[in-house]
Amino acid sequence: MTTWRRPVTLIGLALVPVAVLGVFFVLPVSGMVARGFWPDGDFAPGEVLDVLTRPRTGRVVWFTVWSAGVATLLAVAVGLPAAYVLHRLDFPLRRAVRAALLVPFVLPTVVVGVAFRQLLGEAGPLGFLGLDGTPVAILAGLVFFNAAVVIRAVGASWESMDARPAEAAAALGASPRQVFLTVTLPSLRPAIVSAASVVFLFCATSFGVVLTLGGTQYSSVETEIYLLTTDLLDLPGAAALSIVQLVAVVVLLAIAGRLRASADPSIVRVPARPRRPRRSDLGQLVATGLLLVFVAAPLVTLLVGSLQVGDAWSLDNYRALTTTGSQQALLVPVTEALATSLRTAVDATWMSLSLGLLVALAVTRRWRSRAERRIRGLLDGFFMLPLGVSAATLGFGFLITLDSPPLDLRDSPLLVPLAQALVALPLVVRTLVPVLDGIDDRQRQAAASLGAGPLRAVMTVDLPVLWKPLVAASGFAFAASLGEFGATAFLARDDHPTLPVVIFRLIGHPGAMNYGMALAASVVLAVTTAVVMAAVERLRVPSLGAI
Amino acid sequence: MKSISAVLLTCAFATASCSLIGTGDDEEQATAKAGSEVVLVTHESFVLPDEVRAAFEEQSGFELVVRASGDAGSLTNKLVLTKDDPTGDVAFGVDNTFASRALEEGVFEGYEHTTPAGVSDFDLDGDDEHALTPVDNGNVCVNVDDTWFETEGIAPPETLDDLTDPTYEDLFVLPSAATSSPGLAFLLTTIAAKGDAWPDFWADLMDNGALLTSGWSEAYQGDFTQGGGKGTRPIVLSYDSSPAFTVDGEGGTTTSALLDTCFTQVEYAGVLAGAANPEGARALVDFLTGPEVQAALPDSMYVFPVAEGTALPEDWATFAQQPTDPWEVDPAEVAANRDDWLTQWRDVTTG
Repeated sequence: MTTWRRPVTLIGLALVPVAVLGVFFVLPVSGMVARGFWPDGDFAPGEVLDVLTRPRTGRVVWFTVWSAGVATLLAVAVGLPAAYVLHRLDFPLRRAVRAALLVPFVLPTVVVGVAFRQLLGEAGPLGFLGLDGTPVAILAGLVFFNAAVVIRAVGASWESMDARPAEAAAALGASPRQVFLTVTLPSLRPAIVSAASVVFLFCATSFGVVLTLGGTQYSSVETEIYLLTTDLLDLPGAAALSIVQLVAVVVLLAIAGRLRASADPSIVRVPARPRRPRRSDLGQLVATGLLLVFVAAPLVTLLVGSLQVGDAWSLDNYRALTTTGSQQALLVPVTEALATSLRTAVDATWMSLSLGLLVALAVTRRWRSRAERRIRGLLDGFFMLPLGVSAATLGFGFLITLDSPPLDLRDSPLLVPLAQALVALPLVVRTLVPVLDGIDDRQRQAAASLGAGPLRAVMTVDLPVLWKPLVAASGFAFAASLGEFGATAFLARDDHPTLPVVIFRLIGHPGAMNYGMALAASVVLAVTTAVVMAAVERLRVPSLGAI
Repeated sequence: MKSISAVLLTCAFATASCSLIGTGDDEEQATAKAGSEVVLVTHESFVLPDEVRAAFEEQSGFELVVRASGDAGSLTNKLVLTKDDPTGDVAFGVDNTFASRALEEGVFEGYEHTTPAGVSDFDLDGDDEHALTPVDNGNVCVNVDDTWFETEGIAPPETLDDLTDPTYEDLFVLPSAATSSPGLAFLLTTIAAKGDAWPDFWADLMDNGALLTSGWSEAYQGDFTQGGGKGTRPIVLSYDSSPAFTVDGEGGTTTSALLDTCFTQVEYAGVLAGAANPEGARALVDFLTGPEVQAALPDSMYVFPVAEGTALPEDWATFAQQPTDPWEVDPAEVAANRDDWLTQWRDVTTG
């Protein structure tokens, strides 16, 4: 009996998320790609192949790969010291800093673009560097948005790492540098690879940053797909690039999967308590400080701008948030849009958490046979795919595939939170999987042999360890949903716009008041995120974190 | 501390009323009033005051449902992609640079009707079945910051050619033709004005230090000296209505539009082929050219009405001048050449 029960349980766990992803991702995306291959109802793959040989396609792909690659390296380089400082050291305001560093993640790119350009532009304080509209500006923007991903993911793993091997190495005479290179780094590797692969995907598919900060000189695969789809209606071209993007994502995931092999979970861990900073931590502290300055600069620009009306200091921009803007720029006051955003984010969070948890549980069971392991690998990669697809492809795909019963969902209020949940899902999965992987399966076996059912085993073995990362993941999901703009702009319905959609509208209309309100609304979005994050951090229950 | 956070979180979720999927009432309304509603598909810039929407519902007896997303380009493409099973009854917001594509694909159904005086002046050339009814118009024009030029003691530019004059080196900022609709309109202006020599004009323009941004917001709000931010460039590509938004409070405005550099954008509404409620759709198209909507257009959507005799808001009447003889390009020619022009434009400007 037990021989078939395991696979059935595993498939059962994965069934719901697979079905959801199938309907809301695979179906729409393949629908759009199919339109490219069958432009007028006849199969004509020639056009698609043609696109691949255009010199422009080569340039676009190359730019995407190198810019995302360099940005990922930079994000890891600045993220590692910060992860150490914020998760291993104990100092006042540590949690506040952690929450603040997640803020960039939710800001609408158009606002960040304007803030960055006020810094780097011709008249800005950094204008003399001449960086405006260069790849350097793009890289800075990508790192600004993604450093938090590295800090959070690596930090969580660093925090729960067993301190004793490092202590043993030190006791045996290893220098701090040797300890870091031979003990700490190898055990952080799964988390770093996880974070880096997610960051790479975010960078490679980032849309607003490349457009806003790079002037119009640079095109990535993502911006190219967007232009081909929404502007030129060149569906074969868009299909070709979408396939390139998907193939690249699959290859990347396969490589990352190999590098991600987890540490032996059968070792009992004694995580180190955060300690006071010492003199030897100076380097990391300085690096973290610099990162904070880098992240704070555009945010301060935003804040200062939001507090000015004309050349005078004023709170009028904030007072105006309860109105619909000058010249009726908006249908609903900004405050109402904020409520809509929070509501949507709650929905997106529980959706991505429940889906992500099921996926993570299914993927991290000990898979016995080779076939089982292969299925596991496929499943693992499958849920990362939404990162590698353009919002334009998905948005149009929804329209052409979800249009007839039983899937007549085009106008469903479900679509916005669900699209946001899909965006957050890879982050959730990537945060949970390394932790679950680190649980010794013998604990589950012990629970089972003591008479615990599968559910009870999960509750007593997995859940206590999972609690912290689950909270971290929910923070990610909530933040990702609050700031999500691409898919939302395609789907958001007129009467219930979210905050980023409203900010985009405000900034897109003349009138100094509307611009000031857009800045004020961005600050509100940033502060809301920081407060929710800080609250979530506080709610962590320390006793449950230790095994 | 922990309890405070718990309270905070609870508050946050309470304001969000812990939504488990939307507001719910939408669904009920949808089923209760099926057949009695008109669905308007439009772009994200569409706004109508509540009282105007209420007026439509009262006059026609239909409930108005608005689905707004994307820009004019993505709206058109969305309509083309869903033409066999449209997402609504009426579409508003397809403009004269995208209209040909929609007509070729048979997205709209012909609707012959009498429109208020002045509306038919804006009819689309080549639209024989009268599938598209003009609703509003606006011009994309180069704008200048008059106060800047006054302070510097330089005469502001007036024509397209002035923009390539070294006097105005590094002063012009404009959104890209590839990523923004005013940008595309300006490309068409130069094509209308310069004929086949337009790539040379653009080469000169770029040599003279013109700055391209991805969208209107980045150019106007970020780089223009009279935008919301701290820009440094006193010449920007914007609209003929923009000077009405830079009123200085002392009876004047700080910017003006160069009326020799304008291209007219007309936005149309049309009944979608295969609409579930064609009767309601026609009522809505009539209503959009009616007095309530026409009067609300400047304040709500920053565009001019097409019906003659519609009163303009005070600032508009004083400061928003419309060109008498804007540049034009035949819509059919736009449809045929748009992609080639854009490719060529990209080559010239990124060279």
